[in-house]
This record gives sequence, structure tokens and C-alpha cells, in this order.
Amino acid sequence: MATAQPGLWKRHEILEKNSILLLICALLVVAVGGLVEITPLFYLKSTVETVEGVRPYTPLELAGRNIYVREGCYLCHSQMIRPMRDEIERYGHFSLAAESMYDHPFQWGSKRTGPDLARVGGKYSDQWHREHLKDPRAVVPASIMPAYAFLERPLDADAIADDLKANRALGVPYSDEMIALARSDLSAQLDPDGPGAADLQRRYPGANVRDFGGDKGRVAEIDALIAYLQVLGTMVDFKIYEDKKNLR
Amino acid sequence: MTYESAAAFAQTSGLLYFVGIFVAVAVYAFWPRNRARFDAAAHLPLIED
Amino acid sequence: MAATPSSKYMTEGEAGLGIVLLVGALVCALASARAVDTPFSVHMAVFALAAVAGIGALLKRYEGRPAEAPPQEIDGKPNYNLGPIKVAAVAAMGWGIAGFLVGCIIAFQLWAPSLNLGLEYTTFGRLRPLHTSAVIFAFGGNVLIGTSLYVVQRTCRTRLAGDLAPWFVVLGYNLFIVIAGTGYLMGVTQSKEYAEPEWYADLWLTIVWVAYLLVFLATLWKRKEPHIFVANWFYLGFIVTIAMLHIVNNLALPVTVFGSKSYPIFAGVQDALIQWWYGHNAVGFFLTAGFLAIMYYFVPKRAERPIYSYRLSIIHFWALIFMYIWAGPHHLHYTALPDWAQTLGMTFSIMLWMPSWGGMINGLMTLSGAWDKLRTDPILRFMVVSLAFYGMATFEGPMMSIKAVNSLSHYTDWTIGHVHSGALGWVAYISFGALYCLVPWLWNRREVYSLKLVEWHFWVSTLGIVLYISSMWVAGIMQGLMWRAYNSLGFLEYSFVETVEAMQPYYLVRALGGVLFLIGGLIMAYNLAMTIAGKTAADSEPRPAGGTLPGPAGLAPAE
Repeated sequence: MATAQPGLWKRHEILEKNSILLLICALLVVAVGGLVEITPLFYLKSTVETVEGVRPYTPLELAGRNIYVREGCYLCHSQMIRPMRDEIERYGHFSLAAESMYDHPFQWGSKRTGPDLARVGGKYSDQWHREHLKDPRAVVPASIMPAYAFLERPLDADAIADDLKANRALGVPYSDEMIALARSDLSAQLDPDGPGAADLQRRYPGANVRDFGGDKGRVAEIDALIAYLQVLGTMVDFKIYEDKKNLR
Repeated sequence: MTYESAAAFAQTSGLLYFVGIFVAVAVYAFWPRNRARFDAAAHLPLIED
Repeated sequence: MAATPSSKYMTEGEAGLGIVLLVGALVCALASARAVDTPFSVHMAVFALAAVAGIGALLKRYEGRPAEAPPQEIDGKPNYNLGPIKVAAVAAMGWGIAGFLVGCIIAFQLWAPSLNLGLEYTTFGRLRPLHTSAVIFAFGGNVLIGTSLYVVQRTCRTRLAGDLAPWFVVLGYNLFIVIAGTGYLMGVTQSKEYAEPEWYADLWLTIVWVAYLLVFLATLWKRKEPHIFVANWFYLGFIVTIAMLHIVNNLALPVTVFGSKSYPIFAGVQDALIQWWYGHNAVGFFLTAGFLAIMYYFVPKRAERPIYSYRLSIIHFWALIFMYIWAGPHHLHYTALPDWAQTLGMTFSIMLWMPSWGGMINGLMTLSGAWDKLRTDPILRFMVVSLAFYGMATFEGPMMSIKAVNSLSHYTDWTIGHVHSGALGWVAYISFGALYCLVPWLWNRREVYSLKLVEWHFWVSTLGIVLYISSMWVAGIMQGLMWRAYNSLGFLEYSFVETVEAMQPYYLVRALGGVLFLIGGLIMAYNLAMTIAGKTAADSEPRPAGGTLPGPAGLAPAE
């Protein structure tokens, strides 16, 4: 077949369309797979159902979560316990879809250079976490985790209400009250004797209200991170949760 | 949408779609009239100018 | 005004781009001043400076260029546009070295954690995305952009479409790399693996990518050949699909337009599946379809014979793009993702074995009747060995996607080993082969500076890969078995930290393998630099009788 000549304009035109045709066909072929797999997840019962106890993060936990994301913790720690005997014995009840329903973005991870953290909340003391983050090998001699002593610096969370607002726009049920009081709730969570503690626990049932081992009167990044770690996997009460209802 | 209906839909439509595309592509690739075009195309990288 | 032949005007493109850059510089400078966080302020300043530099480059180019636009043809031959491709080739080599180096650093950090240095900028968590993005998007991306712009011109026998657009694509893409990489160091990440850059970097990449698609398409439209060569199909499939994946997976709501932080619009299980639909197809379309395009042009070219079966290549294309897109859920076996989606992902992953091997066989059989070239031509050997690694990785991948195997391999270093057999063996080797071909063509040299150095590069890096993947296999399988080991009393045999301790020797071997790979990369960079400088090594001058090249003593095993 010879090279198209300029005179054969018409013919050339058809050929020009071929590349668009190719593009459209390729796009169709690749779009369908994703649509068929992804769309049902927005409607299926097991993936959209709420489970009692799962609540939005408190402002302090959210700030801590953002540090978890910033430092790339997910690169070595998963937050997804699979339903196998050894994992359940090592880490606890397998993870439910509902437990990460307010996680923008999800933090399931893909690698366990360190252990899974999906249910690390309440397993260790605040002081253990503090020592461990500052110098992991002081607590676990064989650990290969980097030292995070720099997290002692003050937490910059003056605009935490904006973070709550963004999450609400994406479907996380933060109320007007929660957003209006976000900044004071953040401090209130660290002060169990303070005036805001009871209100905070009303807004965020089950929230841990304590100083997380930090200094009084100043909020460090490490405090927020520990607050986040200590709530992980503790929202659902598995004593009253029915397994069978939520399989798949 | 229940689990069963989603599963049934995804699996059957996926299979039909897959077979359909495969047949269409195989017919295109082996259509006798296309042979000359493909031979010419195969030599495209070797043309020097 | 009567135009004299020498009078020169700004083209619409030059004037338009100049104005856009000027406005862009002002907007970014303003955003930098009003930023609510330091990284955003730094990045907006970088954007503003880049825009100013762009204006400077535009003016300088205008000053230096002839009045007429470059001719489409010279003496009846297409006047190929090679400038942007040269930049992409050099950038690929530079980023490759940087990416391999960071990979070595983080590998040693896992062996000796004190190498994290206690600084926030040098922790594993921040350097790891720097490594993956540098090798995948900076090295791989520049190879893909450079080769695609070369191949589309040559196989369409026409000059690249656009005057400034190809420059915008290459320079804009590398600006994205700079923003992404410096962002990771400052802790700017949305934590989606291989899609870490934040919203403003994603927006910029979208603009650059659309320009890339348009340049590629417009070049196809003005082609002088009736048929669109199959390599261009793979390139087009890669460009279009990456655009789709990038946009959907990066949908996010910024907290403020003056800050770097955003929240992805999806959450939990939906976010997870969309991420791995993206993640697996970044492998399928960026690291596979794009590099298969390289194979379909560079292997026939270097072997001086047409592809083994052009029909197979067509089936290969459709089957590959069709099946890959379904495979993502195999990253989420046994998670909270519904079972049917996991099964679907597994099924398609196993079926993927067929088109993958079809493509590999098509590439390998292109050499039938010319196998002797493997002995004499280390560049062709790079490409053929890359196909062997491709075959190995695409066998291992489907195997690991089987749920029973995955229950052991997932979360372990086996996955890391698997990824690197594909990344080092397939993607990097086919890229090395392509760059060794491309650089002499671009700078109009007969051959690379020294084939003997290519030979050294080949054996040093192959040894590196072997150390890497074998240590990770052992480490990964051991890790998986230790996690699920029970003692005679029915308790878990090992605490987690005992499994970490057991990894230490393998992490060292892996890091050393990485160092060998890096050394190979440095040899290559030197070789290409000397090629560009127009030097010829003494050993490459006349080919020894019989056409064989002496392999480096001690490293080349008996063949």
C-alpha cells in the first residue's frame, strides 16, 4: 500500500479519523472494567452500611491522622486485619469496611515492615508510644523504625475547623456545632478536668480525654498522633457486634 | 443491590464482554484483506530516511 | 506595512504562551505570598520562577530563531523535531541515577535505621515516595515521553506536531517531577501509593498530560503512512488510560486554595478500590503498555528485522488493555472489599498471563534467525533480557494474585521482590536498551561511545538484580511463614519484632544488589555523556574479527 498522496485528501481524512476511533475504542475498553468493579461499591450493603460506634474523628485525632499521612506511616504499617487465624490472634478482630468509612484517604497500606496498626488503640500506654516514637530502639531494641523526636514541635492546628469543613463536604457527618467548636475541642481533649471535656465526649462518644503524656498548656504534634493511634480500632465494640451480619 | 445480584451481574457481563471483544479482535487481526496492510506496517520501523 | 523577507513576528503560540506564563507567574507569586503553609508557599514560588524562566526562554528562542517556521521537510525527507526528545533523554538518565540512589539509601535505612539521621526530611516515610516517583515517573516517564515523541515521528514519517507544545510537554512534565519530589521531602503527600502528589501538582500534571495527548494525536493526524504502527497504539493506550486513572484517583477537595492539604473525595473501601484500580493500572499502562511500545519499535529496529507477528501484536494490544484494567482488586485480597470483586480481580489477573506471554514471545521471536546478535550486541541483549524478566514477572504476578498464594505473600517483601523483578529487569532494562539506541540517533553518532562499557553495565546490573530479587524472595516467604507459625502449644511462634530481626541480613544483600544496579547506571551515564560529546572509545573503533566483543574478564560467564 503506497503512501497517501496529497491529492487523495478524502482518503486521508478517513485515516485521520482512525486515530480518534482507536482512542475511543481503547478508552471504552478500559473504562468498562473499572465501572463494573467500582460502581457497586457505592450501593452494596456490606460496603456502605454503618456499624454502631463508628464516629468521625475528633479534631485532635484528625490532626494526628494528618501527621500519620504526612510522615508516610502507611508505607510500613497496614491498617487492615485479614480474617485469618494468625492475624486475628496477633492483631484482633478482622477489619470491617465501616471502620474506615470516614477515612479520607484510606490507610489500609500494602506492606508490613512493621506490625498492623488497625487495632493498636489501647494496646500500649501513652507513655510507651511517646518513648517509642521519640526513639524506637529505646523500647524495642530490634526495631528498624525511624526516630520521630521532631514531632515534639507545636501542632499547627489553628485552622482545624477548615479540615472538618472539607471532610463534611465529602460526606463525613460533622455537625455545625462540631465545626464551630473544632479548635476548642482540640484543646479540650487534652484536658480531662477542663470545662469542655464532657461536651466533647457528648459530641464524640467514646473519645479518649487525657493529656496523652504531653506537657500541659501546649499541644505538640506527637500528642495528636498518639491520640489518633489510641483510637484506632477501638470504635466498634465487638462484644455486641454480630459477625454474620456483615460478612463479605 | 444485594451481594448475589452484584456478583451475578459482574461475572456474567464480564464474561460476555470479554468473549465478545476477543472474537472481534481476532477476526480483525486474521481478516485476509488486512494481511497486506499489516505486512506493510510491520516494516515501518525499518524504513530509513 | 510591506513585509520584507527578513522581518520576524512572534507567532500566535509564542505570544499566547508568553501571556499565559506572565499571568501564571503573577497568580503563583500571589498564592505564594498568601500561602497558609510553608510547602505551598515554596511550591508556588517554584511555579512562579518556572513561569518567569519560561518567558525568558521564549524571548531567547525568539531572538535566536529564523523568521520562518522550521520546514516540515528538507530535501523531501521529514525534518524531525529532536530538541525536546534530547532533553527528555538526558532528564531520564539524570532522574534514573537520582532514583536508584534514593532507593539504595532507603534500602540501607531498613538495614541500619540510624541512617534515617533523625531528620524529618530523611526518614524512610518521606524518602520512599521520592524513590518510587523518581524511578517510575521521572526516569520511566521521561523515557516514555522521549521515545514516544521519537517513535511517532519516525513511524508516521512526519515532523512532530506543534512548535512550542512538545517543549511545554517535556519541560512541564519535569517541573511536575520537581514539585512532586520536593513535596515528599517536606511531607506533602496524599498517601495514595504512586499518586502521592497533592492537588495542585495533580492539576498541573493534568494540563501537561492533555498537551501530551494532543501533540501525539496531532502528529498521528498529519502522518504520511497509511497505517498507524502498533507501537503508537500502545503509546496512545498508555496516554489515554493514564489520563483517566490520574483524574479519577486524584479527585480531592483542598482545605483551602492557599494550602497544600486536600482530602480525597472517596473514603474507606471505595477509596481503597479506586486507589488500587489506579495503582495496578499504573503498572499495566505506565510500566507495561508504554514500555511494550518501546519494545515494538526498538527491538525490530536494533535486530534489523520486522516484528515476528504483526497480527499477534494487535491481539496483544487489545487483550492486554482489556484485561489489565480488571486486575486491581488482587491488591485487596481478604480485605473488607467484597469477595466477588476480589475473585474478579484474581480471575483477570490469571488470564493476563496469556497476553503478557504472547507479547513476550512476539518480541523474543523477532530475533529468530538472528540469535547470534545477542552475543555480539550488548544493547540488543539488554532488550532481550528485559523480555525474559517481563515473562518472569508476568508469570509471578498472576501466581501471586491467587488468593491462597496472596494470603502468604501479601504485606511481605515478596511483593517488593516481585515489583523489582519487573521494574529493574523489565522496565529499566528495556529503557536502557532504548536509551543506548536513541542517544546516538539523536546526536547523530554512529554508535555509543563504548560497547564494552555497555557490556560492563549489563553484567554489573544483572548481578545486582539477581541479588535483589533472590534476597527478597527468601525474606518475603520467610516473613510470611513466620507470621503464621504456631508452636506445639497452639500459640503464635514469633513476636512481630522477631520477624523484623530475621530480615536484617536479607535487607543488606538487597541494598548491595541495589548498589550494583546504581553502579551500572553510573557507567551508563558516563557512556552516554561521552557519546553526546562525540567521543569514540578505542575499543569500539573496528569491530574485532568475527564480530564478537570481548566481555569483561571475570564477569562474563562462559556462554
